[in-house]
Amino acid sequence: MANALINVPKTAKRGEIVEIKTLVSHPMETGYRRTQDGAPIPRDIIRTFVCTYNGVEVFRADLHPAIAANPFIVFTTVATESGTLEFHWSGDKGFSVKESATITVP
Amino acid sequence: MNGRASRREFLLTAAAGLGLASLITVKPAHATPASMQEAIGKIVGAARVNAGRVKLDLPPLSENGHAVPLGVSVESPMTAADHVQAIHVFTEKNPQPDVATFHLGPRAGRASVATRIRLADTQTVVAIAQLSDGSFWSAKADVVVTLAACLEDA
Repeated sequence: MANALINVPKTAKRGEIVEIKTLVSHPMETGYRRTQDGAPIPRDIIRTFVCTYNGVEVFRADLHPAIAANPFIVFTTVATESGTLEFHWSGDKGFSVKESATITVP
Repeated sequence: MNGRASRREFLLTAAAGLGLASLITVKPAHATPASMQEAIGKIVGAARVNAGRVKLDLPPLSENGHAVPLGVSVESPMTAADHVQAIHVFTEKNPQPDVATFHLGPRAGRASVATRIRLADTQTVVAIAQLSDGSFWSAKADVVVTLAACLEDA
């Protein structure tokens, strides 16, 4: 149901700053909208996004309803060593999606 | 003569009445600049927020308030001793002032983040950078929104 897209360069020079783009499919329901019957639609958003590099947290974002649907987040990190980048989105209604990517630093 | 004067008086009182009516405004159901200041105050505390060092990239005119591209970058060497710890984004007229908080560190290499945000109205967006030395820097941008987010029914 939930799909995540990640763009991480496959290889990078040691010490190079790499840009990471992430996109996850999620409606980000604000909690301020109502149905046509007037019943409020409960909030359903992604609250946090964390990126770890070989187990060490390098980036974290706290999100609020003002983030557009299908959150798109771009950030940077320094390519220190070959390894795995793990991405974790978590939010309301027990939402949790994990994705990973590998990077080679020769 | 007398009739004319009373007519003038009537017009004057009518104008005054209109002026009064326009002073009585309905409390908006969304965040106001005051609530944005309050949200900023919670993050900043008693510290001073300086202008500068932060670059906030937003389109001056946005046709679709549902997804407005936002980019924030901060001038910083991003070393262990001197780096940006967090970037906070606030809006003035959305239903709530908080947009997002990005937590960075020296391993980010560059203090630069981008995302897409919702804007409920034509308004000012503020980005505040929290540095490792405890100082705060900010930038603001005005966005004209033609199609507002948050208003439609499902």
